[in-house]
Amino acid sequence: MSAIPPDRVTAERLAGLGPQKRRLDPVTGDGTLIEDPAAEIPLVLGNHTFASVTSTICGWVEKPQPGVWLPLFLTAGGVATMCAVMIVYLIITGVGVWGLNTPVGWGFDITNFVFWVGIGHAGTLISAILCIFKQKWRTSINRAAEAMTIFAVICAGTFPGIHVGRVWFAWFLFPIPNSYWIWPNFRSPLLWDVFAVGTYFTVSLLFWYMGMIPDLATLRDRAVMNINRTASFVGLIRIPIGKIAAYFYGFLSLGWRFSMRGWWNYEKAYILLAGMSTPLVLSVHSIVSFDFAVAVIPGWHTTIFPPYFVAGAIFSGFAMVLTLMIPMRELYPGMKDFLTLKHIENMCKIITVTGSMVGFAYAMEFFIAWYGGNPYELKVFLNRAFGPYWWAYWIMVSCNVISPQVFWFKWARTTPWFIFIITIFVNIGMWFERFVIIVTSLHRDFLPSSWGMYSPTWVEILTFVGSFGIFLSLFCLFLRFLPMMAISEIKNVMPAAHPHADLIALARGEKPSRHADGHHGNRAGEGH
Amino acid sequence: MSAATDATKPAGPARVWGVMGEFAGPTELLHGCLAVREAGWRKWDAYSPFPVHGLELAMGLKPSRVSMIVLLGAMCGAGGGFALQYWTSAVAYPMVVQGKPFGAWEPFTPVTFELGVLLASFGAILGMLTLNVLPRWHHPLFKKERFLKVSDDRFMVALEARDRNWSLEGATRLLKQAGATNIDVVEE
Repeated sequence: MSAIPPDRVTAERLAGLGPQKRRLDPVTGDGTLIEDPAAEIPLVLGNHTFASVTSTICGWVEKPQPGVWLPLFLTAGGVATMCAVMIVYLIITGVGVWGLNTPVGWGFDITNFVFWVGIGHAGTLISAILCIFKQKWRTSINRAAEAMTIFAVICAGTFPGIHVGRVWFAWFLFPIPNSYWIWPNFRSPLLWDVFAVGTYFTVSLLFWYMGMIPDLATLRDRAVMNINRTASFVGLIRIPIGKIAAYFYGFLSLGWRFSMRGWWNYEKAYILLAGMSTPLVLSVHSIVSFDFAVAVIPGWHTTIFPPYFVAGAIFSGFAMVLTLMIPMRELYPGMKDFLTLKHIENMCKIITVTGSMVGFAYAMEFFIAWYGGNPYELKVFLNRAFGPYWWAYWIMVSCNVISPQVFWFKWARTTPWFIFIITIFVNIGMWFERFVIIVTSLHRDFLPSSWGMYSPTWVEILTFVGSFGIFLSLFCLFLRFLPMMAISEIKNVMPAAHPHADLIALARGEKPSRHADGHHGNRAGEGH
Repeated sequence: MSAATDATKPAGPARVWGVMGEFAGPTELLHGCLAVREAGWRKWDAYSPFPVHGLELAMGLKPSRVSMIVLLGAMCGAGGGFALQYWTSAVAYPMVVQGKPFGAWEPFTPVTFELGVLLASFGAILGMLTLNVLPRWHHPLFKKERFLKVSDDRFMVALEARDRNWSLEGATRLLKQAGATNIDVVEE
């Protein structure tokens, strides 16, 4: 047997791409911003082998977290606890602790719901739509984006649940037979919403979990190989973390064995899930928009809502993905090899496209309000822009229409710190969009005698702030315990993964050394 | 010390599950699988850290039946969803909403679609697990330390003892001919 262990031989053989420059080039950035369409842009930078991909990504889970993780988690957990306290206070006191009143029956609660559901759209868009379009760059962002989706939908689901007033009757939303034999009204968009958001959450969770099974199995195998690893707790108790990790990842990975027959069913199931999630993701925000569009309130009753809401959802979702991933990329060592400037640039382009769609929808709404000849509609729109909530409208317009247009400049869409600032503006703008749609349409409609104003109470504000705590603390736990990038998918987009390239090269006689040198050369003397 | 002597050693009291051998990379695995398939084996499998594209051709895998399970799930979900809505709205609790007919199908479309997608998705993941006979937390292959490296960067083929072509020597020879190294006997 050769003295060199096979993994090193394999590693060296697979790494035969030559060392790469790591300094940033003014034109190509980290090497991925090449504009030449003939050049194949690397999806993974650095001198990575399959083994180093595994150890880098698993290392983020296995090694101690970056220093800011614990303070961030404790802060987010504290804020989440505050949210729980606010919800308990609401339930034991009643919805009177909120600022809702008779013309404005929906305020922060539904604004937050639509805001969070919208954010939840990027994950499934990345995993499903980009998957069926064979956009290979999705592999390094899909896992974290899907996690973000699930946590955002959890935050979203909280608000309609608590805004019903008598929370203990929330089960009326579901078609469960009760003692009066009353069934829910299936002709109501509010009930469609229950099914849409419920299905979306469940399918996103299944999609996320199924994509994670092979990577959980990788973590399981690494834990089994380090089964005797222990950690001391305050120097007193030895905690067998090797065993705990082996059981935890072992249970979750369901005994996945990386067999090709398994992969074959797995890939079919994955692409089918992607195919089904694509209409699903488009349907969810369409149905959310029906909550408004089916009502007769001027400013809500428009057919533009479904596409406009979906574009806005993708816009805000990608902004939140970047808000989370730009700091992650700085904090976790080696992540820049997988999450390159090209990934960020691509996401910025999607933000500009969807932001322009949103801007077009704002303009079209105004145009139709005038062109449609409905005086109430026109009045509502003039009231949005110049009425008492003018400031909310103009925050929305400047954040959503103007700010994403900076990404037409290459510097702007390839400079992470600047993108981070813009994505914060987009998040703010998209929250205000929902606020404007809901509150300005409700507070002044047909009868001036029933006009009113709405302002949130401290309970509403703290519940909203608290929902960010829920979101961030769940995301911190995800970073700590689960593989945050799709290890097997990243390996699959590396040049070394494709036997076809090798076969073609072999047939042309281009790189015969790559085949003959490594293992087989060493084995030649062993008589086969 | 050669891998071949390892493999031909008597297996001891435990029953033999099969033989596994290692390949240097995706290309070698592809060639190896072609060789095993041409030898007429049925109960065998390739193991790789990611689905190697083209391997299904080399192994002669038939189209996955997950699609049928997904279709079944979609039909159950959509059909059941529509039936639930029709029955509750038109039969069990008819209620006039905006003067529309009780059994009008149009308002039932969104929920029918959503429930169809929901059950189809369960069909996809549960169908995938059922066809792969998972969850199965213990397996003879997991006893091999080297096998645990498949999840990292190793490529392996395992021939199982339940195949009608099985003989320990024959299987070992076939793996060697296919280009495998580190051939090892796996016990139950």
